[in-house]
Amino acid sequence: MKTLPTKSAGILIFLMSSVSVFAQSSFAGDSPVLIGLIATCVILVLWALFTLASNLLKIEAKKHGIDTEKSGFSILPWISDFIPGKPNYVGSHRYIKLSKGHNILLEGEAKSEIKEAEVHRFALKPTDFHGMSPIPKVEFEVGQTVKAGDPLFYDKKIETVQYCSPVSGEIVAIERGEKRSISAVVVLADKNIQYKNFNVPSIDQVGREELIDFLQSSGLWALINERPFDRVPDATKIPANIFISTFDTAPLAPDANLIIEGNQESFQKGLDVLSKLTLGKVHLGLDGRNSKKSPHATFVNATGVEKTYFTGQHPVGNVGIQIHHTAPIKAGQTVWTLGLQDVISIGKMFLYQKFDVSRIVALTGAELNNPVYVRTYQGANIGDLLKGNLKNPESRIISGDVLSGKQVYTEGFLSFRDDQVTVIKEGNEYELFGWLLPLEPRPSISGTFPNFLYPDHKFEANTNTHGEKRAMVVTGQYEEVLPVDTYPQHLFKAILSNDLEKMEGLGILELTEEDVALCEFVCTSKNPIQQILRQGLETVKEQS
Amino acid sequence: MSLLNILKKIEPDKKKSPFLHTLYDGFFTFAYAPDTVTKDGVHIRDGMDLKRLMVHVVIAMQLCYIFGTYNIGHQHFVAAGQYLGFLEGFHLKLAHGLIMLLPAFVVAHVVGLGIEFFYAAKKGHAIEEGFLVSGALIPLIMPPDLPIWILAISIAFAVIIGKEAFGGTGMNIWNIALLSRVFIFFAYPLTISGDQCWISGFDKIAGGVTANYGWWHTGFFNTLFDWMGLEGFNPATTIVDGFSGATPLALAYEGGWDKVTGVFSESQLLWGMVPGSIGETSKVFIVFGALFLIITKVASWRIMAGMVVGLIGTTLLLNAIGSTPFMQVTWYQHMLMGSFLFAMAFMATDPVTAASTEKGKWIYGILIGSIGLIIRVMNPAYPEGWMLAILLMNTFAPTIDYFILESNIKKRLNRV
Repeated sequence: MKTLPTKSAGILIFLMSSVSVFAQSSFAGDSPVLIGLIATCVILVLWALFTLASNLLKIEAKKHGIDTEKSGFSILPWISDFIPGKPNYVGSHRYIKLSKGHNILLEGEAKSEIKEAEVHRFALKPTDFHGMSPIPKVEFEVGQTVKAGDPLFYDKKIETVQYCSPVSGEIVAIERGEKRSISAVVVLADKNIQYKNFNVPSIDQVGREELIDFLQSSGLWALINERPFDRVPDATKIPANIFISTFDTAPLAPDANLIIEGNQESFQKGLDVLSKLTLGKVHLGLDGRNSKKSPHATFVNATGVEKTYFTGQHPVGNVGIQIHHTAPIKAGQTVWTLGLQDVISIGKMFLYQKFDVSRIVALTGAELNNPVYVRTYQGANIGDLLKGNLKNPESRIISGDVLSGKQVYTEGFLSFRDDQVTVIKEGNEYELFGWLLPLEPRPSISGTFPNFLYPDHKFEANTNTHGEKRAMVVTGQYEEVLPVDTYPQHLFKAILSNDLEKMEGLGILELTEEDVALCEFVCTSKNPIQQILRQGLETVKEQS
Repeated sequence: MSLLNILKKIEPDKKKSPFLHTLYDGFFTFAYAPDTVTKDGVHIRDGMDLKRLMVHVVIAMQLCYIFGTYNIGHQHFVAAGQYLGFLEGFHLKLAHGLIMLLPAFVVAHVVGLGIEFFYAAKKGHAIEEGFLVSGALIPLIMPPDLPIWILAISIAFAVIIGKEAFGGTGMNIWNIALLSRVFIFFAYPLTISGDQCWISGFDKIAGGVTANYGWWHTGFFNTLFDWMGLEGFNPATTIVDGFSGATPLALAYEGGWDKVTGVFSESQLLWGMVPGSIGETSKVFIVFGALFLIITKVASWRIMAGMVVGLIGTTLLLNAIGSTPFMQVTWYQHMLMGSFLFAMAFMATDPVTAASTEKGKWIYGILIGSIGLIIRVMNPAYPEGWMLAILLMNTFAPTIDYFILESNIKKRLNRV
């Protein structure tokens, strides 16, 4: 007890004397730099003193049996007291905080109400599936009627996997693209959807083989995405883990808490089915961005899954980023990923014995009269979805978000995995000195725009490229928006120079287009990064 | 949009006259941001492009330009023993500075951009903006009296051999501006080193030498000043006896910091009223430029911080040895002399030639700071080292990156 104060006093005297010695040695007179140095030293000494004193206090407190960790026992507040820690609802689950990334705030967020959409035509598009042969075998002809869940076509390479009709009705068109490839099978929907009857196995008793057979024949298999390469899973490979992100951070992305409302049971059932299919775990990525409000109870209370909370900026909600930070893909492994509504659809099959791919879709963007959520089915016609809602027929319509969505027209259809439509202005106008003195605010991560002064400003972005394509000059900007332990610029250069070993070494297999979409957005040289990444993935796939 | 229509009307045919079209395209896109829209991939793009980036670097060095121009005139009259106060003879100093700087600026751009335009037309792609920065930097790192033809040859060498031979913007290994300087340094050493070249307007720096005024001085500006009722240039101006023209670094090499402060005060060094290359002298304005680049995130703060760390570390080491007066100079005194800060803010941070990984940037910066100082202090022939240190580290930057990438690749392999 007595030694502690004497020790601290000794250290104090020693430190004080060292300061005065330093001050006396100011041979160069009253130089400001020297004064600055002394000031720095004084601050350091003070810091050391406070740290010392507070540690001593803690030691004393421990002797009296006080838990110093919980009561925040210290003289000065710690830096960590000012930085928001993990929210209370996280509990004992993992909490991962990512500092890299960027949220693009846009005008035209969907209002939190769900309307019934009047969509007449739906389509299933072979082009939505990577690696499918261009002319799949279509099992019906134009004019025939189908029920929801009837197989529309299958890939001749994997005949067991069926791609099923989202609605019941009459097949009105088989649209063809280049070289007679099939681009869409279009169904005119009935007023009341007729569902095909399925003999659904009980998941408590079914074996893995039998379960896979059922999923493949019922069309549910196609809902699952296999990584790397983003394709319909290979049934011979058991996935190391299954990942589901329960929040989306892309610009104007739909709110998962709204979608899950009323689907608690189906979601949990879907998770139960999926956990039968992996030797590893089903990982659920939860939204930990809001320090007070927890995500929807369905997510928080989900059972039989490994929950991880994430916070940060886009692309933190991307499942690829979450995989990298929870259980990264090792060489030779595959993992599965599913969207929220895909899990719900699987659950509904096992609960209600029907192929229900109804979707809640967010209609977003500044060019809509009324951005809102609508209830419809997979592959809905864009024109029907947006009827009476478009401000300008010339606007850019995107199935998906502005970063990784696909451009569509009113005669087109929602892509297979999309639950969002975004409509923004086309930017096909010249701008006088636009590169130097822009007339309208525009989203950017650059410090040369005053955007950092208005962190909550919602932009009305248009599709102008704001510059022409150039050689890669700037370094470090991709790293700023990609929270993955790799060197994106070197990865993209390796792809361009076809250096297979380096591509794999730098982790190309951990990435997909949506993960690097922000890199493409920020690219000063306006390079097509997503296209480059896909090119690299195709090369790796061919070689393996 | 009448201007747009006029510009659109005079567009030359791309096939018939590719050079003219490239030239037109270069100036047209300068005036109007193009109307191109996104196709596949992202639908919205960041407002930043290469033009904006490059122009922000040029903006960052404007204070150095203004001060450097005036300082050319100031040093000229200090040598002559006239208008010793900094703001005395303001119009004469500015006029003399402009007479010396403007031709260099124009020639740098005409030669450099001319070569860029030629190659762009030949390859059939748009003009890359890289030379905007090189062209603005080159006059700033030259002595004021450098003959224009030497400048033109050095720029042609740097752009053709240093850049186009490697594939153009984004592909070069060495910093273009420094390459043009190092060309002069080895080919015409007397014009860029020693005590003779840093004061403009005299054939030789020695007592009694008469100023070398041309038509712009005695004809154009004297008539103008006469009409405005101001004093003109006096053709009988001579250098005062005992004036050496030595730069602070040359003095420090001979006799350490004491000898420097015997000639220049600390505030003169800080504000830049000393002889030297045109843009390097004013430490305050360079620091403004550097802060501007850091705040706008145009240049890498890691490289700049690395260089400061390298400089301080090496100086402390040399201070500990302290066998010559120059070795005893402290780190902040080193920062006040020569071109360390200019090299830090504008030269080492060139993203194309620097290391491109985050850790690599630190290593790259620290090594430049360290090697540059060793060359500055130890080299008997030429007491300055940043040019050579940066070019050396430009050469090794890919090697630094290589090892950092390898460690990342190994880490990923070890997951299995």
